[in-house]
Amino acid sequence: MEVTKIENVTRVYKIGTVETRALRGVNLTIENGEFTALVGPSGSGKTTLLQLIGCLDQPSSGSVWVDGKDVTRLNRDQRADMRKGHIGFIFQFFALIPTLTAYENIEMPLLLNGHSPAERRERVTELLKAVDLTERANNRPDQMSGGQQQRVAIARALATRPALILADEPTANLDTQNGEQVMEIMTRLNKETGVTFVFATHDPRVIKYARRVVTLRDGLIVSE
Amino acid sequence: MIQLITMAFRDLARNKRRSFFSALALGMGLGVLLTVAAFINGEMSGALDTSLRFESGHLQVRAENYDINKTSLAWKDLIENPADLASKIASLAPVQAATARLFASGIVASGNDTRGVRIIGIDPASPANDMYKKGMLRGEFLTTDDHEGILIGEALAKKLGLDVGSSFTLLTNTSNGDVIEQPFTVRGIFSTGITGYDLGTVFLPLTKAQAITGTNNHASTIFVLLHDKNQADAVKAALTGSQYKILTWMDMNQLLTQTENMANSFMVIFYLIILGITGTVITNTLVMTVYERTREIGILSAIGMKSWRIMIMFLTESFALGLGGILLGYVIGGAMVWYFSTYGYYIGNMGLSASGGLLLQDTIYAQLTMPDTIKLSIVALIVAVLAGLNPAFMASRMEPVDALRGK
Repeated sequence: MEVTKIENVTRVYKIGTVETRALRGVNLTIENGEFTALVGPSGSGKTTLLQLIGCLDQPSSGSVWVDGKDVTRLNRDQRADMRKGHIGFIFQFFALIPTLTAYENIEMPLLLNGHSPAERRERVTELLKAVDLTERANNRPDQMSGGQQQRVAIARALATRPALILADEPTANLDTQNGEQVMEIMTRLNKETGVTFVFATHDPRVIKYARRVVTLRDGLIVSE
Repeated sequence: MIQLITMAFRDLARNKRRSFFSALALGMGLGVLLTVAAFINGEMSGALDTSLRFESGHLQVRAENYDINKTSLAWKDLIENPADLASKIASLAPVQAATARLFASGIVASGNDTRGVRIIGIDPASPANDMYKKGMLRGEFLTTDDHEGILIGEALAKKLGLDVGSSFTLLTNTSNGDVIEQPFTVRGIFSTGITGYDLGTVFLPLTKAQAITGTNNHASTIFVLLHDKNQADAVKAALTGSQYKILTWMDMNQLLTQTENMANSFMVIFYLIILGITGTVITNTLVMTVYERTREIGILSAIGMKSWRIMIMFLTESFALGLGGILLGYVIGGAMVWYFSTYGYYIGNMGLSASGGLLLQDTIYAQLTMPDTIKLSIVALIVAVLAGLNPAFMASRMEPVDALRGK
């Protein structure tokens, strides 16, 4: 079953009179349960593609389908609803809310989805255990290492049991050991829960974990 | 919602100094407004209290034709047998005291100095005149059978170089239009706290005043004090039907009421200007916060927070700043109001001794009321939230992909 389908998508950025074609007509299908890496040099369009799949941005042309829904022309709040219920994100800069604890950061998507306090407590506890951070539940991001913060980010991404998790350079700000630990957690969760992972990277240490590699160059898929 | 409130307070705590000074700006604005409101209230309350005690009382009964501004001594304009009427009025349950008074115009001459004064003939024994006894600085109060004694104000005594025991000549007109002069001895010197009043008023025993003005058994007014001033309309209704004109303290203090209403109307504009200026500080703080937290806004949007929730988050912060500002305002305003309610603020001779004018005391004592405090606090809070509208709107309109890039 398809989790996401990209059909002839382009994305053009205009800054003044200068146009930059980040994507030039991309077609891609991601099936349920995949562990797929989007690879390519800087400027190849992998982050742009990830943002379009994640409903953070809209294509200039073409269509994007996520979990069976055409998300191409949704407005800002409709896209927020899609992300809330169907998509989880992991960013290279961890992207945790600095004033919230690890527990509260993981809890936030569940709050936005209207889960009851009991449901939230159960799910957050389960996720903290899954990423081996139970003892850090009450710590804020500035009290945790980079690897710990990224594990919290993984737990947050999984909180609402999304169909799809998108990770943009998830190990870019981590050392080798922490980077491998994060990739192993993601691999394990993919196998245990079946959630689809798509991550953008140019790190060979990360690419080796992927079961499918899609290579982009100059806004086009050149191999998969 | 609780999470949003938690986040709002924690976000403000991220930059404690900035948050404190933002709240302080609002607090100083509110503190100033509370003090100004307390001054206006104190001035008006003081003026009303002064008028009730020394000028209008709670009720006055006059002859139908009597015009207090003309100080007529013609018998047709005066009340005959005032003692009887005062006695009847005093027998009414709501009435605390009722006494006859005679008003006349005069000139005090001492050496080469002269001064125009209002002569008030009073019944020294009446409890309605106790406030004058309490204001005595030197000498003795009048007695009913004192034919030579006169009470003068401290300001008049200083002006003319008089003291207890001093003699001077008092010129006054009479009921048949003549002018007579009489020597008097200063029996005592009083102070009401209103320089203008003390400068322009002298007291004689009623019988003496009637004798020198030729008004015999007549008086200008029956001055009435009630146990509760709110009973004035009821007492007026009970006395209506007689041949006299009945005036309540509200009728006699319309200038004060109009002045208070006008002052309050102007103050609304002043309040809005002050709070508007302090509100811009909150706007500035929150705009800076939005720019600093652009990426964080992108993260929240990425995990599914909708625009309206992001807006509520920032409005909650402006609300919290408003609450902080109000608390600081209470401290600052409370301190200023306490000081000026205890020690007062000397404004000097602003009072008018002529009847119908405003009797403003030389020193204003601030009086802050609960309705004023609540009203100004609510306005301050509304201003704080409105100040956060633009930054909150800015944050809610950010595209997540741009916000994540920090744009």
